[in-house]
Amino acid sequence: MAIVEIEKLSKNYQMGRLNVAALRDVNLTFEKGQYIAIMGPSGSGKSTLLNLLGCLDRPSGGCYRLGNDDVAKMEDDELSKIRGQRIGFIFQSYNLIAQLNVVENIEVPMYYQGVSARKSSERAKELAELVGLGDRIDHRPSELSGGQQQRVAIARALANDPLILLADEPTGNLDTQSGGEILHLLDDLNNQGKTLIVVTHDAQVAKRAELVIHLLDGTVERIEHNGKGN
Amino acid sequence: MNWYRFRQTIKLGAKSLWMHRLRSTLTALGIIFGVCSVIAMLAIGEGASQEAQDQIARLGSRNIIIKTIKPPEEERPDAQGSQMKEHGLTYADAEQFKHTIPDIQVVVPQRRLMQEAWYLNRKIAIEVIGTIPWYTEIAPVDLYQGRFLNSADLNYRQKVCIIDEEIFNKLFLFDDPLGADIKISGDFYRVIGVASKLESAAENGGSEADSSGQISGVAGNVYIPLTTAKQRFGEINLQIGTSGQNVEKVELQQITVQVKKTEQVLPTVEILNNLLSRSHKKKDYQIVVPLELLRQAAQTKKIFSIVLGSIAAISLLVGGIGIMNIMLATVSERTREIGIRRALGAKRRDIIFQFLSETVMLTMAGGLLGIVLGSLIPFLVTYWAHMPTVVTGSSLILSFGISATIGITFGLYPAYRAAHMDPIESLRHE
Repeated sequence: MAIVEIEKLSKNYQMGRLNVAALRDVNLTFEKGQYIAIMGPSGSGKSTLLNLLGCLDRPSGGCYRLGNDDVAKMEDDELSKIRGQRIGFIFQSYNLIAQLNVVENIEVPMYYQGVSARKSSERAKELAELVGLGDRIDHRPSELSGGQQQRVAIARALANDPLILLADEPTGNLDTQSGGEILHLLDDLNNQGKTLIVVTHDAQVAKRAELVIHLLDGTVERIEHNGKGN
Repeated sequence: MNWYRFRQTIKLGAKSLWMHRLRSTLTALGIIFGVCSVIAMLAIGEGASQEAQDQIARLGSRNIIIKTIKPPEEERPDAQGSQMKEHGLTYADAEQFKHTIPDIQVVVPQRRLMQEAWYLNRKIAIEVIGTIPWYTEIAPVDLYQGRFLNSADLNYRQKVCIIDEEIFNKLFLFDDPLGADIKISGDFYRVIGVASKLESAAENGGSEADSSGQISGVAGNVYIPLTTAKQRFGEINLQIGTSGQNVEKVELQQITVQVKKTEQVLPTVEILNNLLSRSHKKKDYQIVVPLELLRQAAQTKKIFSIVLGSIAAISLLVGGIGIMNIMLATVSERTREIGIRRALGAKRRDIIFQFLSETVMLTMAGGLLGIVLGSLIPFLVTYWAHMPTVVTGSSLILSFGISATIGITFGLYPAYRAAHMDPIESLRHE
């Protein structure tokens, strides 16, 4: 079942008088449960594609269906809702909210979907347990290591049980060991059926994906199929 | 926005305000002082005007008060010479008013003299008012005990007096004043009544001018029959000063007339002016119209309140600008947080509500504190400065309303800015 369908997706930026095409006629289809890596040198359109996939930006042309809804032409409020319900973001710099503790951070996406306090607190604790931070639920981000913070971010991304998990260089700020642990956690999630899209320029990370999309100059250069399994 | 979300937003706002305690406090101070000054200023203004209006109302709105004043001297008299100068209102004036102006209902001539009153070994400065029984027509005399003057007192020049409560309190303490004799200028007067305080000496500035000012700090009024006053005190006032003797003759210090209707006050004033200017060569009288004063006081009050209110409103405005400033700083400080929240599903109105709730909470807290302080300050002002103040409920509501409005108005722009930041840009923000 196709979860993400992209047809002729393009994005232009106006830079002064210059009209720069960051993405040109990109066509992609992702199935449920796939592990996809997006690679490419800087300026290839990785970030643009990520922002479009994450509904943070609207394309200049083309069509983007996420779970059977065309989100390309949605209004701001609808996009917010889609982001909250269908997308789980994992950022390179974790992006936790400093004044909230672990559980409260995980609760944020549920809060905006109107989940009740009791339910969201229960779920947040479960998720903290799942990512191995069950004993640190009342810690502030500043009291956690980078790897632990990224675990909280992953738990937060899972909060509303999204259709896709979007990770932007999830191990970029981590040392090899904690990076490895995070990758392991992502593998586990994928094995449990989560659709995972990882943007990276690290070949080691991309190796784990079954589908590697190489971008160049705003177009898909080639798509690499790895055999499933590590 | 359901109740749960609302509560969470409030909690979140309170949390972030609490995290920046010093900043929140300093910001709220602007509103606290603003609200405080609005309430205090209005209370002082209201108090001052009420006192003025009360004073004037006590003078009577249908009354016209004609006072004797010292005429402006054209030339210095011979320094060593003693000469008698006659000036002021006369009995003839009073008669003339009564007989020539039909609108006048009652004419009350008064002798006013600064004296000392003795009872046992206690002494007190008083103003003796020699008048007639119809005095009660022009000023409401509340008798606690006894009676006011009557025609018999007047006709037989009785040595009786009515004292006001100030004198009663200071002179008699716990004794029964009725039937007691107090001594004024060598004569004993029997107290026949005790009245509430009618007018303080300070209000009757005119009568002090012709009493040579030898006694200041008059405690209260003593009313005696006009005829008695004429007989006992005479009409000649002897002053011995550095420039020799100065003898003045004044028949009446004041004539108060009352017309039948308030509309007749101003025309009557004109007639009185005409009459007096014909019979008095020198300008030795002054006409005071309480009605006019009342109108002026109302006008003054309005201006006073507007001026005070706008000064206070400016301080509130400054407080509001302070809030806006801080909120803008907060928004740019929390740009990244806003980006994160937007990425995690927050709608623009969620962000607006989050920041607006902080501002509103800040101003509400400031407003409430300001109300508490603002209602206390007038009491202190009354206590320390002996100025009357009136804290009106409407001033509380007004100032709270203004502070809430300011919170929302000055919070809207920062909140709007926060909500309309590009989430991608915000997420990149360091």
